[in-house]
Amino acid sequence: MEWEVVIGLEVHAQLNTASKIFCGCSTAFGAAPNTQTCPVCLALPGALPVLNAAAVDKAIALGLAVNAQINKRSVFARKNYFYPDLPKGYQISQYELPIVGKGTLTIALPDGREKLVGITRAHLEEDAGKSLHEAFSGQTGIDLNRAGTPLLEIVSEPDMRSPAEAVAYLKKLHALVRYLDVCDGNMQEGSFRCDANVSLRRPGAPFGTRAEVKNLNSFRFLEKAIEYEMERQQDILESGGKIVQETRLFDANKGETRSMRSKEEANDYRYFPDPDLLPLVFDEARIGAVRAALPELPDAKRDRFMQQYGLPAYDAGVLTASRAVADYYETVAVGVDAKMAANWVMGDLLGALNKAGLEMEGCPVAAEKLRILLQRIGDQTISGKIAKDIFELIFAEGGEVDAIIDSRGLRQITDSGAIAGLIDEIIAANPQQVADYRGGKDKLLAFFVGQVMKASKGKANPDQVNASLREKLKAGSQ
Amino acid sequence: MAFDAEAVIRTAHLARISLPAAEVAAVAEQLERIMEMVEALRNVPTEGVGSMAHPLDLEQPLRPDIAQNSDRREALMQNAPAARDGLFLVPKVIE
Repeated sequence: MEWEVVIGLEVHAQLNTASKIFCGCSTAFGAAPNTQTCPVCLALPGALPVLNAAAVDKAIALGLAVNAQINKRSVFARKNYFYPDLPKGYQISQYELPIVGKGTLTIALPDGREKLVGITRAHLEEDAGKSLHEAFSGQTGIDLNRAGTPLLEIVSEPDMRSPAEAVAYLKKLHALVRYLDVCDGNMQEGSFRCDANVSLRRPGAPFGTRAEVKNLNSFRFLEKAIEYEMERQQDILESGGKIVQETRLFDANKGETRSMRSKEEANDYRYFPDPDLLPLVFDEARIGAVRAALPELPDAKRDRFMQQYGLPAYDAGVLTASRAVADYYETVAVGVDAKMAANWVMGDLLGALNKAGLEMEGCPVAAEKLRILLQRIGDQTISGKIAKDIFELIFAEGGEVDAIIDSRGLRQITDSGAIAGLIDEIIAANPQQVADYRGGKDKLLAFFVGQVMKASKGKANPDQVNASLREKLKAGSQ
Repeated sequence: MAFDAEAVIRTAHLARISLPAAEVAAVAEQLERIMEMVEALRNVPTEGVGSMAHPLDLEQPLRPDIAQNSDRREALMQNAPAARDGLFLVPKVIE
């Protein structure tokens, strides 16, 4: 009998506030070590935390976006453990009364079906600092710039049943936090990271014992780590062993997980309400204000793209997977055939970005330029083929569409006299092929079209060439 | 509640308090007495009373999201036993 994998994810999203959750220090990434610290985030005696209003509103926004219960009264608790990057000896978090309760997220499965994944809760907490183990021999350096950065920990139900489902969930949540502008989603810098709880069971049986894999900071690592855990746990179970409930770390270089022995003793956190912080209480008006400011969310946008632009579900899904791509598409699609715009954005543009290792945010071709380029196809100034050349040029070197068309003489030849002239030359130069075509080899038409296009340096209007060629070749055979 | 030696040693470890083996029994007895005192609370009728997260009947004030602290690293590091290149130094952490 087969094993079924059961996966639940805990996602830590750094909220993109300007200041830390409990003090006025900047949260900017990349500053010189410890230059963004103060008595509060260094845990100096007598310093008191004061909660950041923006962190609260961003947590509410995420809660609303996953149709969750928003708790108008929530409580901060101390999670006690010792680690050098945690100056207070405890992390301020939320335990029994989190700000966001139960919700749901709809994910698209690889086979096109949809699945509802439960959200257990989401709570506010502070990030820890960073330990630098490499710099000094025999000692560890501590940078506390990150200590106190607001985090929203989003906990899912154990509802996912394959690595692909887990990746789909994480991608959906990643798109959502960026749509909402609550988190920059930068996984490499650690602003969006994920722990996976993985266990195996026989279908229908109670959940098995789980292992928790920590700090997965890419979609691929999440997939690999789960696949590795499935194999590891299956081997243990099938040889009659038992899974140990433990924390494991994914080693990206080796593609495997290994036990984190240092965390074994750390699971007794002795949570208790933080006496430094009063209960967080807000009214319906605060929730209403956040709701009123919510942007259009991915699912709604996808449905609108299908209706407004007449796009197939697949195209609409790809184009709305990130807010940046969706905004780009909508800028391009003004006064341009919607499906052509979709093909260009999904194919040429995303392909070029992918090849260059760029995100949409760093796209070298402004949406307005691509729109002009597509308009020049639409108004017959250039052919699609020439447009692709111009696109590549602008992507690599910049420049303006119309200026390039003029300076390089790329304007499409639509003058029927000029096209006829080119065709006559080609017909005269290829008597054998002409005879074969007239003898019934229809497929040779493509050869003639190719020759004419080549002679025009790709500038002749292909439709006109086609029509005119057919006519001339036919005319001569009579 | 029984506070046995094992619970005392574990609690001491979690709190990073070094407790000589000879003192474990005495500490267990002291903790036991404290727990007895706390146990008295169980006799208080709490039917219908919500859990209290804070003794003050106040709500958490919120702070506007403004980054306003300037770099005071030099001053703040004066207390650190060891620092170099802007980093606090601690004994090697082994993962």
